[in-house]
Amino acid sequence: MNTELIGVIVTFLLTVLLAYPLAKYIAKVFAGERTFTDFMNPMERFIYRISGIDSKKGMNWKEFLTAMLMINMLWLFYAFFLLLNQASLPLNPDGNPNMAPDLSFNTAISFLVNCNLQHYSGEIGLTYFTQLFVITFLQFVSAATGIAAAVALFNGLKHKTTENLGNFWDIFTKSITRILLPVSIVIAVILAFNGSPASYDGKDSIVTLQGDTVAVSRGPAAGMIAIKHLGTNGGGWFGANSAHPLENPTYFTGMLELIAQMIIPIAMLFALGFYIRRKKFAYMIFAVMTIGMLFLIVPTINWEMHGNPEIAKMGIMQATGAMEGKEVRFGPAISGYWSIVTTIISTGSVNSMHDSSMPLSGMMQMLGMLINAFYGGCGVGILNYYIYIIIAVFIGGLMVGRTPEFMGHKVEAREVKIAALVTLLSAFLIKGGTALAAYYFVQHGNADWAVKPSAWLNNPGNHGFSEMFYEFTSSNANNGSGFEGLGDNNIFWNVTTGFVLLLGRFLPIIGPVAIAGLLAKKKYIPESSGTLKVDSATFGILTFAIIIIITALSYFPPLVLGPIAEYLGM
Amino acid sequence: MIMKKYVWPSVKLTLVLIVICSVLYPLLIAAVAKLAPGGGKGETVMVNGKVVGYAKIGQKFTDDKYFWSRPSAVDYNAAGSAGSNKGPTNPDYLKQVQDRIDTFLVHNPTVNKEKIPAELVTASGSGLDPDLSPAGAKVQVKRIAAIRKIDEAKLISLVDQQTEKPFLGMFGPSKVNVLKLNIALDQLK
Repeated sequence: MNTELIGVIVTFLLTVLLAYPLAKYIAKVFAGERTFTDFMNPMERFIYRISGIDSKKGMNWKEFLTAMLMINMLWLFYAFFLLLNQASLPLNPDGNPNMAPDLSFNTAISFLVNCNLQHYSGEIGLTYFTQLFVITFLQFVSAATGIAAAVALFNGLKHKTTENLGNFWDIFTKSITRILLPVSIVIAVILAFNGSPASYDGKDSIVTLQGDTVAVSRGPAAGMIAIKHLGTNGGGWFGANSAHPLENPTYFTGMLELIAQMIIPIAMLFALGFYIRRKKFAYMIFAVMTIGMLFLIVPTINWEMHGNPEIAKMGIMQATGAMEGKEVRFGPAISGYWSIVTTIISTGSVNSMHDSSMPLSGMMQMLGMLINAFYGGCGVGILNYYIYIIIAVFIGGLMVGRTPEFMGHKVEAREVKIAALVTLLSAFLIKGGTALAAYYFVQHGNADWAVKPSAWLNNPGNHGFSEMFYEFTSSNANNGSGFEGLGDNNIFWNVTTGFVLLLGRFLPIIGPVAIAGLLAKKKYIPESSGTLKVDSATFGILTFAIIIIITALSYFPPLVLGPIAEYLGM
Repeated sequence: MIMKKYVWPSVKLTLVLIVICSVLYPLLIAAVAKLAPGGGKGETVMVNGKVVGYAKIGQKFTDDKYFWSRPSAVDYNAAGSAGSNKGPTNPDYLKQVQDRIDTFLVHNPTVNKEKIPAELVTASGSGLDPDLSPAGAKVQVKRIAAIRKIDEAKLISLVDQQTEKPFLGMFGPSKVNVLKLNIALDQLK
């Protein structure tokens, strides 16, 4: 068998294999059981003491969300302020300028919400100070926010009746000290030994073998590249993200970065099973998600390995596949795999340029983000899937004619309304945003912005439409990848996607945590023969069907206008 | 009440985490990386005591006497990496690919068109791709042999020597680093 395909399969198997022990560890950490990292205890107690935090005190869902939103709001102002003033701050060896207000607004939000949509290029858009104090910092804390929200859900499911979803400060801090930081250190060191830069030196200048003078951007990137993947953040140190030879130097680092970005989403799923002592439930979700992922990945790899039919018409064989926007050291197979992994789990880092993917591969990438729950982002993937579960429970209940129940609690109008609103909100933000962009492109092509609407699109026709649709899809899913040909650094895109990012992050966290809190408060009803078995294959298939139906109903029209029309026109 | 319960803990916890994540963590990695090849500054390649490039970063080779590197959307500007972001059906883009094919055939008249490897007529993701597939190097051998007056067989074996096998012999594609290949080419004879 072809070595490129073996590389893909082994990367996935290794991810699952490593996620399993990590999941046991995560479950123990949050259950307060003994682990080998308990030597961190004194340090955590020290952090709590100087921060004035009582880490033992339980929180109900409103207190939990208030603490979470408060600290997130603080980070937003902090990041915005630093970006605006980065030129006058230290650690700016390349002399890069301040960020414009609209771009600072977009960038601060984008990293706060774990999206990492980038309307700038790292080489000239940021300084080492903001790379570390804004970008790297937010990559840690936004991932930990996601994990904390998921653990709140776990706590709601674990107990028969409770108001206590756990202490936000405690779960959040331990997500960093026990999981994100130690694992990031290991990954960053491996990256540094395989060629990623880690020193604070500025740009270098060299004369090449052929005699050209070239400047080479560098910087303390290895640590950021590690947490960028582990926290499913995805924002690149360099403009070309993980296609850049210093950000992802070898095939081995490519495998490492793929494992790093997928391991926590899968481990959180297994951890759910261990934590609430319903392993079968977790495995059922894992199976549904994996099947969903395969539906997206297998055809994508196939299309990318077969090359661009339009170039084949010119008489080129393309034995190495569709190479536009791809790197030789990775090749088309693992690039296709990466493009789906990064879109289903909301990382958004890329090792190839999605804008140059085959039309239907591009559609698969969009579907990954539109569904956003095949594994999904760090912590938040489970929350998104939980919304689908609530809807499936409701519809399942209607079909058998009983009051819907989930894990011993009645699911009533209020919970279903929240779940439905969260689902409908995505469709509204994505399609509304795309419609607005298309309106400006057509009607106000000459608007006096940094990039005129008529110059937004790097590609004509249906593919150009896809560029706009992809941008809002990625923003709403908090993914951060892009069809990067889009001229997005101007006030329209910076502001509109900024708001979509905020709503697309916090409502899908607030909704599920609120539902978990509301359900957990209710009286516990023991399971009977009439109870819907949520860990059965039947329920798994039902949930899968619900996901497909909601996605198809919501997004079929724009997908037809974009990638499908482009494909049919080939 | 809200100040004491939420705001001050947020402020103080944030300050502590800035020290951990933005100061201590990158300093630790930078310190450990001093032991890595290149000392964490990026590994460079020297010829006759002079730095001619970074081992991992591709550079522009357009001279007929060298193995060409891939087309680049940013002309191998290592301070501004990017891909072309051209869509697969964009007519302007397809014309550009056709031009690259024609140019390649002018410089390599003996090559059969369908044998031109895709990476030689398409731009990479980073614009800094350091590699070619082994076929991408071998397809240029006739041209270089004629200009440098070196035996073709010798050049083919040079490409074979410089070919890096898949990771652990099992995972991913084979490739040739163009800079290293051209340095070795200059040192032939």
